[in-house]
Amino acid sequence: MTMIKAKKKSGLGDLMMKLGPLFVLAVLFIVFTIARPGRFMSMANQMNILKQTAVNCLIGSGMLLALITAGIDLSVGYNAILATCTIGVLMQNFGITSPWILIPAAILVSSFAGFVNGTLLTRLDLPHPFVSTLGMKNVLWGTALLITASKTIGFTNKGIDEVLWIGRQTFDIDIFGFKLLEGFPVSFILVILVYLVFHVFLNHTALGRQIYIVGGNPEAARMSGIRSKDVLTIVYIISGIMCGIAGVVLAGRLNTANTASAATYDTDAIAACIIGGASFRGGKGTIWGTMLGALLISTIRNGLNLFSAGNDIQYIVIGSVIILAVTIDVTRGKLEARARKLATI
Amino acid sequence: MSEYVVELKHVTKKFPGVVAMRDMHIQIRPGEIHGLIGENGAGKSTLIKVLTGVYIPEEGEIYVDGERVSFRNPVQARQAGISCVYQELNIVKMLPVVDNVFMGRKITNKLGMLDYPSMRAQAHQALEVLGHPEIDTRMECGKLGIGLQQMVEIAKAVTMNAKLIIMDEATSSLGEQEIHQLMETVRNLKSQGIAILFVSHKLEELFELCDRVTVMRDGEYVRTDDIKDLNEDILIQAMVGRTLENQYPKVSGRRGECFLKVEKLNEIGVLRDVSFEAYGGEILAFAGLVGAGRTETMRAIFGADKLDSGDIYVKGKKVNVKNPGQAIACGLAFLTEDRKGQGLVLSLPVRTNLVMANMKKYRHGLLLNHKRIGEVSEGNVKALRIKTPSINEIVVQLSGGNQQKVVIGKWTNCDAEIYIFDEPTRGIDVGAKVEVYNVMNRLVQEGKCIIMVSSELPEVLGMADRVIVMREGHVMAQIERGGEHFNQQDIMKAAWGGKIA
Repeated sequence: MTMIKAKKKSGLGDLMMKLGPLFVLAVLFIVFTIARPGRFMSMANQMNILKQTAVNCLIGSGMLLALITAGIDLSVGYNAILATCTIGVLMQNFGITSPWILIPAAILVSSFAGFVNGTLLTRLDLPHPFVSTLGMKNVLWGTALLITASKTIGFTNKGIDEVLWIGRQTFDIDIFGFKLLEGFPVSFILVILVYLVFHVFLNHTALGRQIYIVGGNPEAARMSGIRSKDVLTIVYIISGIMCGIAGVVLAGRLNTANTASAATYDTDAIAACIIGGASFRGGKGTIWGTMLGALLISTIRNGLNLFSAGNDIQYIVIGSVIILAVTIDVTRGKLEARARKLATI
Repeated sequence: MSEYVVELKHVTKKFPGVVAMRDMHIQIRPGEIHGLIGENGAGKSTLIKVLTGVYIPEEGEIYVDGERVSFRNPVQARQAGISCVYQELNIVKMLPVVDNVFMGRKITNKLGMLDYPSMRAQAHQALEVLGHPEIDTRMECGKLGIGLQQMVEIAKAVTMNAKLIIMDEATSSLGEQEIHQLMETVRNLKSQGIAILFVSHKLEELFELCDRVTVMRDGEYVRTDDIKDLNEDILIQAMVGRTLENQYPKVSGRRGECFLKVEKLNEIGVLRDVSFEAYGGEILAFAGLVGAGRTETMRAIFGADKLDSGDIYVKGKKVNVKNPGQAIACGLAFLTEDRKGQGLVLSLPVRTNLVMANMKKYRHGLLLNHKRIGEVSEGNVKALRIKTPSINEIVVQLSGGNQQKVVIGKWTNCDAEIYIFDEPTRGIDVGAKVEVYNVMNRLVQEGKCIIMVSSELPEVLGMADRVIVMREGHVMAQIERGGEHFNQQDIMKAAWGGKIA
């Protein structure tokens, strides 16, 4: 009897937790639409939100993997910036303009940084990825400053428009003269493609499932013959690759390689994952939840902008949302523990 | 002053579904060294936890100095004068001795600041009583040896004016010299009028140290006697003296070829020259006390821990297993003692847990064949009679017995030949135990080899074809089913370090 009851309860709670962010997003949409008529719901503004979400979505996807393994990657922001700076330096100092060299180079640099993160964690047995990635965050920042000689590199009219295209280009969709979409960002198409790949990877490949297994119980994974260390290393390499792709998008969006612009990328990515249902305890999280979380954050930022709230207010609100999301995560854990106890009686 | 410093009468402690301690009584005189022994799971820890206020018993009375008390938390027990020194020391290694002695308490001066001079004086005085005035109270605890760290722990109890100090397996982590030292200290305490409840797995220590000994079995009181009226045989008989109930549906297989042969496994400080052979179609049981090195042997064979030396042969072929993955490839399966910590991913569904040890088998090109995983899982659920609403249920929702069956399913899916079952029925109810035994029977009849580590003697006698007894990392005896030593008495004797003829 208790068993059935407990299960129903946890089932309902689960559904609420899953739909929670969607519900909040809907409420925000209604509030902003009513409070800022004609501005929030305009096509241009909506497309703007997508444009602003793309980078966070890309970085967040890698962060999600780290969180699923009960880890974290604090180096993502500066890793992405380093990728952008790599493009800038190769262009400016070496005169390379081919996207076939610049884009792979950026991704290679970032994935190598990810590889270092994973290796520090698994082969040097550092206690928690917090340590290795926090250290790497500074190392990467320093490297970015070093290679750019601390100067901002502009990308406008430098002959690399093909690289910038991904982060910059938008397109329209007309159906019989009816403008269905106007100014849809290419970067978000990239996000959708990447997320589809992630969805298949996480759910339909052995490695993807092993990431959840290692996150849920590394010792059980090891005793089942899964090479936990290799799985973890790959996770941080993937996170690095995603930072590299994000760096390419950033180049087009910002039109500059600027070492000072990474301020909130790491926290935004963590927040997106947690809001989307990932847990600091590992073993959980979905890629679509992360997209929802990222959209929620961009919508809040955008809405606050429309209310002419400055950076100050935005930081305070986003900070509160992050704390709220973690609180929800903790509460969720407690609820589950309670349901578990009820179920065993 | 009453006759007993601490007395328990008719104390019963229940947990959902289990009675951990029934109608227990014990009487401890002031200034006596009172031994407490029993098999694994006899209820010693429960008794300690009741005495120290960790557990609140449902029935019965506790008296301290003749006055009835009821502890609602550990602090009350400590204030009443009952302290416990656990096997795992409660020491903060980074802090000096004096802070450890006064952990959770303080002496303050007029300004409300900690009065370190007084605290140091008291700590020093306590250490003097223990016979260790040489310990500097300013020294960092971590720099002391284990034996002296234990002294700090005991000093904590002394400064709290303990009337009874419980020592739970206090000698198990000590070397010979340190054990000697501890015994001296215990005698010093006794001369100060402090009573000691000495819980030990080592009979010789009891005979050397104790005035009286109480024996527990199956959560109940068996007997208390003066040590001079006792000998080893009486104590062992008292510990094991129950009848074998017929809850073991043993079906014998046919002993086949040698599946696993290990020679002279050594792991410094853990295993000493462990050699044995295990055959297909038989259950080979490993008996012994907790900490005898049985689990460690299995972990080493499975590649989970590193060996210092030794050879392992699977079906006559020498193998070099460096990690569990290679062991699995050799046809080994290991159902760990700690099901939740090492066997399962509780937050994931039954189906994932069932296939996690050989995911490659379910790959179809790059992707996983979810349909096939579903079919195999459904097959496991049916064959092993796993009670679960569906294969998508997360494992944490299942009962202990069904969780264990999921682990067994995980290994049968790997087509393993050699199954190591470490405490396979721990913490699962009687009905589920029988089902686990039936699965073992079926595997044996299919010609597989089962190695079962068990701390429950009835289970060993009920299911094993052969028993290996270990003690302190060493094989003490090997006993065939049907042989004259295949009984509780002799297995226990070997496990406690005695010679069997």
